[in-house]
Amino acid sequence: MNQRELPQHPDFLWANPEPKSGYDVIIVGAGGHGLATAYYLAKHHGITNVAVLERGWIAGGNMARNTTIIRSNYLWDESAAIYEHSLKLWEGLEDELGYDVFFSQRGVLNLAHTLQDVRDSVRRVEANRLNGVDAEWVDPQQVKELCPIINIGDDIRYPVMGGTYQPRAGIAKHDWVAWGYARRASELGVDLIQNCEVTGFVMDGGRVTGVETSRGRINAGKVALCAAGHTSVLADLAGFRVPIQSHPLQALVSELHEIIHPTVVMSNHVHVYVSQAHKGELVMGAGIDSYNGYGQRGSFHVIEHQMSAAVELFPAFSRAHLLRTWGGIVDVTMDASPVMGPTPVDGMYVNCGWGTGGFKAVPGAGWAYAHTIATDQPHELNRAFGLDRFVSGALIDEHGAAAVAH
Amino acid sequence: MGAHQPQRLDVGGAIDRSRAVELVVDGETFTGCAGDTVASALVANGRLRVGDSIYRRRPRGILSAGVEEPNAFALVNGEHNESMVPLTSLELVPGLDLTLLDGIGVLDQKVDPAEYDKMHVHADVAIVGAGPAGLAAAREAAATGARVVLFEQDFRLGGSLLADPASLVEGVPSELWVERVRGELEAAPEVTILTRTTAFGSYDNNYLIALEKRTEHLHGTARDGVSRQRLWHVTARQVVLATGAFERPIVFADNDVPGVMLASAVAAYIGRYAAVPGRRAVVFTTNDSGYATAHALLRSGAEVHVVDAREAGPSARVGTAAADAGLRISTGSAVVGIDGAQAVEAAWVAPIDDEGALAGPAERVACDVVAVSGGWSPNVSLHSQRQGALHWDDALAGFVPTVPVRNQHLAGAVLGTYWTEGCLTEGRAAGLAAAAASGFAAEQSGRTSGSEVDTVAEERVARAGTTRQLWVVEGRDGGYTTHFVDPQRDNTAADVLRATGAGMRSVEHVKRYTSISTGVDQGKIGAVNTIGLLTRVLSGEDTRAIPPGQPGQDGTGSRAASELSGIPAAPPSKPTPGAIGNTTFRAPFTPVAFAALAGRSRGELFDVARTTSIHPWHVAHEALFEDVGQWKRPWYYPRAGEDMDAAVARECRAAREGVAFMDATTLGKIEIRGADAGEFLNRIYTNAFKKLGVGKARYGVMCKPDGMVFDDGVVLRLEEHRYFATTTTGGAARVLEWLEEWSQTEWPELDVVCTSVTEQWATIAVVGPRSRDVIARMAPGLDVSKEGFGFMEFRETVLASGIEARICRITFSGELAFEINVPTWYGLKVWEDVAEAGADFDITPYGTETMHVLRAEKAYPIVGQDTDGTVTPQDLGMDWIVSKTKDFIGNRSYSRSSHQGPGRKQLVSVLPVDRSLRLPEGAQLVERVALGDYTGEGLPERPIPMLGHVTSSYHSQALGRSFGLALVKDGRDRIGQTLIASFLGRFAEVEVADAVLYDKEGTRRDD
Repeated sequence: MNQRELPQHPDFLWANPEPKSGYDVIIVGAGGHGLATAYYLAKHHGITNVAVLERGWIAGGNMARNTTIIRSNYLWDESAAIYEHSLKLWEGLEDELGYDVFFSQRGVLNLAHTLQDVRDSVRRVEANRLNGVDAEWVDPQQVKELCPIINIGDDIRYPVMGGTYQPRAGIAKHDWVAWGYARRASELGVDLIQNCEVTGFVMDGGRVTGVETSRGRINAGKVALCAAGHTSVLADLAGFRVPIQSHPLQALVSELHEIIHPTVVMSNHVHVYVSQAHKGELVMGAGIDSYNGYGQRGSFHVIEHQMSAAVELFPAFSRAHLLRTWGGIVDVTMDASPVMGPTPVDGMYVNCGWGTGGFKAVPGAGWAYAHTIATDQPHELNRAFGLDRFVSGALIDEHGAAAVAH
Repeated sequence: MGAHQPQRLDVGGAIDRSRAVELVVDGETFTGCAGDTVASALVANGRLRVGDSIYRRRPRGILSAGVEEPNAFALVNGEHNESMVPLTSLELVPGLDLTLLDGIGVLDQKVDPAEYDKMHVHADVAIVGAGPAGLAAAREAAATGARVVLFEQDFRLGGSLLADPASLVEGVPSELWVERVRGELEAAPEVTILTRTTAFGSYDNNYLIALEKRTEHLHGTARDGVSRQRLWHVTARQVVLATGAFERPIVFADNDVPGVMLASAVAAYIGRYAAVPGRRAVVFTTNDSGYATAHALLRSGAEVHVVDAREAGPSARVGTAAADAGLRISTGSAVVGIDGAQAVEAAWVAPIDDEGALAGPAERVACDVVAVSGGWSPNVSLHSQRQGALHWDDALAGFVPTVPVRNQHLAGAVLGTYWTEGCLTEGRAAGLAAAAASGFAAEQSGRTSGSEVDTVAEERVARAGTTRQLWVVEGRDGGYTTHFVDPQRDNTAADVLRATGAGMRSVEHVKRYTSISTGVDQGKIGAVNTIGLLTRVLSGEDTRAIPPGQPGQDGTGSRAASELSGIPAAPPSKPTPGAIGNTTFRAPFTPVAFAALAGRSRGELFDVARTTSIHPWHVAHEALFEDVGQWKRPWYYPRAGEDMDAAVARECRAAREGVAFMDATTLGKIEIRGADAGEFLNRIYTNAFKKLGVGKARYGVMCKPDGMVFDDGVVLRLEEHRYFATTTTGGAARVLEWLEEWSQTEWPELDVVCTSVTEQWATIAVVGPRSRDVIARMAPGLDVSKEGFGFMEFRETVLASGIEARICRITFSGELAFEINVPTWYGLKVWEDVAEAGADFDITPYGTETMHVLRAEKAYPIVGQDTDGTVTPQDLGMDWIVSKTKDFIGNRSYSRSSHQGPGRKQLVSVLPVDRSLRLPEGAQLVERVALGDYTGEGLPERPIPMLGHVTSSYHSQALGRSFGLALVKDGRDRIGQTLIASFLGRFAEVEVADAVLYDKEGTRRDD
């Protein structure tokens, strides 16, 4: 496999309009989810009088900070359904957007290092298959064939006992995905408004009628929150609470190297997940910092632990160099599943709590959220993910399920 | 001096001409001197050309003399090859064999044999950078007695002084001054000088991370065991950043041809290394600093033509010296093009107007080196990693720290102080202030007064002179495609212009649209020039670059500043670099090998392997081990010729029919003490412990607030206010954290203290019908009769060996069983005594696999295997353990709607119709009808509803058949039904049965 020099972005991406006095729908947050939601609202539901308000710069939050892994091998039916829908959308996304997003279906390996890992892995593979999600159990030798640079020997602390493999999974270029959606949304008439922080909501009775922003009041028929961890702050302004906790999560890259890593490898047990991006940099995620916060930086010992795990499993990475570390903010619910649906405020919707899984969900979440906003009804795909589950107790606990931490 | 080095001066420089050092680059041998870098040795050999650029394959040369180098990278061949090593900071040592790289590395797939380690230290004052400011700071701080750590990435102290060894500092040549300061520092007992050590990360609370290179300069003479690199973790009361500044290149046509170099690098090669990059030089500068290079070139014997972009030319002081030296100067001019591809042959020099456009015909100036200075950027990385504020100083033409981060001090060029005396003054003040703030007062105070520092600040602009903010020089052909902004990423001014044309306004978007600043130098070379270029484009100065009219937009032809967005501050009518802002500085400042960060945490040290005091016996008896948490637990003990099934069947039979023993030491153990210990446990566990009698034991389950099982274990009441709880092996740490969280943050009013005693006790389970006989022999003073020692009781006793023991009558197999607890250090002795006491009964050691089989036959769940965070005690069939009369964590959740009514998954057993078939754990269970046409081949067309899955699966020696435990939707209502287990594309029929398959009446435990 050779390095790819990425092609140039299009000559024009999006306009930078002044906000209008009002919109049918205001989406708060121009990350991947907000942009995809705007696109599907316009494309599928004909709702084009839409503004996406962004406090900073487009796709500058978690969209700019994730490790771009895309897969749908989740344990529970509800999760598998929405992530698999998303994966199918990924498979057509370059055509849909007319933008090369470098969706590379190079497969994702989730390694097992203990007998319990093996049980959990087999369980997930069998569940995935019955849900129509491609998945297979691979033994250590097959792991080695899929990714020759992994050390499958017993000279490491937690030898590889096998793994699960989803061939259709892979990676994409995050900025290109966001920009692909932004460009098409902008073309369809959606206003993308940066440097526009929402500071309050305008209410009429129990209904939202507009937003106060750093660039003035903007009226809205409906308001769709799409601000990941900061949804807590917005919900507070709107008078309700969302059950999410925000933690720093770090990621890192090396300099460019000739391609030696053909797939994506994730190991929850020794804690490493790594791919080699198209240009040749090793892209890795580190662990979550345990404290809560919105600071987009984490603790150094987390990086050190990540590096020992990487070198343990991949001797070839020993003298790759850490080039850059950064932090994002993961918005985690108690069941590690997202929140998408109506809120206690009429005309206001919420989409948050994707935790470490938000990037892969961009197309599927945008698709389902647009449906929810346009029809005032959750789609079958997100019906189970409403806020009401925290009252009923019908949680979709992906915490306990293997290989979902990231 | 060894082999001829054509560009080496006969005198000067900090190199040792008597020690020739050979170097192989791409198979060709060069000779340099001790004291060289690889780059300076190549310069001395007349070699500026290095690898090609990554994408456009343009010939590239050495640009810099430091860590900002974007072009000169090599693969260092050795026992483990290292890629992407910059030649400009690679010390020349004997034996180097390099392969030049074209901007991309090659990873060595062998195991790295080198060792890496870490050091954790505390300092009063940590000083980053040993140039004049850092050395002055270190000297002052050291004199107070403060513990000082001084970091210098170079292999020599001196920083900017190294380029000009003859300059005078405090009246002596700088080389001598540096040596004197080093002597003073080395004499101070609390000072650590770390050369070859880069402070690359700055974290909260003055926590600095630095990498020291320890062995490579010793070229194989390092003592055994000395780590190759060491990661320093330094927590300092006060930090002084004396990190200097980087010179910026200038963006003009073909500015990447080998021979175009930073002016400061040219001066450094001449002054420090006595290596002359060229004999006919053009110095292209926007500021006064280029003149120092011009003089250095003159002194080296080169011809020099200065091209000064400023209409007014140099400041008076610099201008006079230039005139005295007879320098040829073209003011108001720029280099607008280069002749030559592999090397500079000539520069085209033309007058430019106020906009930077060509204002007259270009003149061809033959030359072999073009030294460029586009101004200076303070090296603010560590300051900014701590969210230290920056502002654009328009006079200094750079981003400058606004105020230091709390408990930090700044000195020297990092503040824009670009002359040595100013650096010394600021350094002294910073060193004193840092020492004082960490509690060390100077003996002689007032060596540097605040007013002197203020004077330095006032003089900065005058000393620096005027810098023309010339962000791009128009080319002769009007294009910008060879105006390199980030040479490493092959990005040009044309790429920046495309980005803004596409609607990009945020510097973050321009970075991502182009990939500028994403290379190894992380923007050291190109970031500020990019921001400057954006300033120019967005101010309308260069509207030619912005394509008029965009398709599909509402008539936004020209882009007035008022409609710009994505810029951090409200855009002014004429943006300044300050309004554009920086991209974020992130650790590491320079790249660090993964292995150095891993340190010793590799192989067996990756995660400590915990073993019990009995472990040597297990090893001697050829047990196979299973990793459970950090513990190594015996899995089973195969005898000659036995496979796992045979061994487990034998071990099971011993436990059910005779006597067997296992090492249960790994179970977590926590003592809970205090007047409210009983109340505390009542709230933690679903069942009650407050009224448990002293001397009694009770099994307990604890849940999370969602009501799901979190851990389980047996609790003993040792005394009125003292309990002893066991946890699962893997759960010990999280249970203790859980108890601490509740006792400390939720119920601080409770008098309770929790202490881990896992390491203090060895536990031996003795199991089976003959276990009473064994225990009787072990503890002759103990009444072990059924009547005298009831189930779920414990006794403190003294064993025959004289060892004090706590013996419990509890079971995790359903058999009559005892657990002997003794202090850890007696574990092995007591284990051996048990083996001896049971020898007559053929007592058999067993491991975790047999334990699992035995408990599964009794449907005792294993938390984490038969539960997964979605299972309540009721789901496990343990309604009896959930108190209806007291409150506890999770209780509230059981009234939620999802806990009522049908649909919950319940623990049952599953019996494969094929009695020899052992289902894979994890197999899914479905109804036959749900499969439809699906044969297991490929994937089903639509999802097939699943009822649950097999959590545990074994062959039962006692039952003579295979069986499993499973969580099945409404499982208890399905007892007797036949379901399909799906696994590996196969289907097998299983019968749902009551969870307990063996000794339902529970009579055996009391036998």
